[in-house]
Amino acid sequence: MSETANQGAPLAQGDKSGSGGFITTKIEELVNWGRRNALWPMPFGTACCAIEMMATLSSRYDLSRFGAEVIRFSPRQSDLMIVSGRISIKMMPVLIEIYNQMPEPKWCISMGACASSGGVFDTYTLVQGVDQFIPVDVYIPGCPPRPESLIDAVMLIRDKIKRGERQNRLYDRTKHPLDFQPVNLVSDAASGAPTLTGTRHSLPNKDATE
Amino acid sequence: MAVDFKELEKRIREKLGADVLDWTDFRGQACLLVKREAIVRTLLALREDAEGRFDMFTDLTCLDTLRAPDELIPKSGERFVVVYHLTGTESKARIRVKACVPEEPPEIDTATGVYLGANWAEREVFDMFGVVFKGHPDLRRILMPEAYEGHPLRKDYPLKGRGERDNFPKYTEIPEA
Repeated sequence: MSETANQGAPLAQGDKSGSGGFITTKIEELVNWGRRNALWPMPFGTACCAIEMMATLSSRYDLSRFGAEVIRFSPRQSDLMIVSGRISIKMMPVLIEIYNQMPEPKWCISMGACASSGGVFDTYTLVQGVDQFIPVDVYIPGCPPRPESLIDAVMLIRDKIKRGERQNRLYDRTKHPLDFQPVNLVSDAASGAPTLTGTRHSLPNKDATE
Repeated sequence: MAVDFKELEKRIREKLGADVLDWTDFRGQACLLVKREAIVRTLLALREDAEGRFDMFTDLTCLDTLRAPDELIPKSGERFVVVYHLTGTESKARIRVKACVPEEPPEIDTATGVYLGANWAEREVFDMFGVVFKGHPDLRRILMPEAYEGHPLRKDYPLKGRGERDNFPKYTEIPEA
């Protein structure tokens, strides 16, 4: 609720009986107020970032101050995916499956260098940034980030909900990555096709050509 | 009771004969090199040895000697060296067993008949190096996805892969009407 939603003079302490008074607001703002004060995170912890995530939830950093302490290990009951840790190509389909199971509206935090960009693991098995496959709202730098960084990311998510930015994403289930088919680029090179080296940014955009 | 490795060497050489190609002792660590065909016999002989009783299969690993320093490449010219680590739980002794595996075909007999614990270790070596363990009950990939092609710990495999890590379908965002 915005500050202007309140009508009239503020109540004195003695008048706050709970029986009288009313507020007017927009239903969307009321819903967003509820959403941002009761974020239920879905922890997807696969590495050392998850340790920092646990510390954030514990009493010293106390994520419950921001209403986001109810960790749900069921994606059906959560609306904030926290990807904390490195994601291998074998784990990525699992992550997408869980993300697709979360009900709308949902948000996603990519926590740490590995989830955001692959980090130091520039290898054959590691996804170079989960944002290639699922939409990410907030990236947290760090290796691993401190709990304050995660709290800051949750605050940014809260701001985003407060601004009422719509999360409306649908997925093409026919292109599900569980039908994983590796490409053999060595044989492609023999046929004159360009060899793919370096980072993912040098790869041709398949979506653009289709 | 410490195992007398000199006596052990004598017993094993007597039992296996010409199958033992080399026996080295480096800082008290015994290591024997055997013929590829004799690996099951060797493991069985070590497990049944009266004094050593190497009854625990600690680890199995592999060495790809492609572009390796000369001293690591087997004199017989094979590309892979499969290394078995054994432990005797009573004698507290450890021993390494090596066998050379050629590049083509990269095959060796399975040790699962001697040690059940070799099952997953052999699957890992198969996954990472492509060494086929003949007679293995369930020789599937254990770390990489089932549909993965290639064996990533081979020295001629590119570190950044062949594009597998990027070859997932991208998500499609449907614009609001």
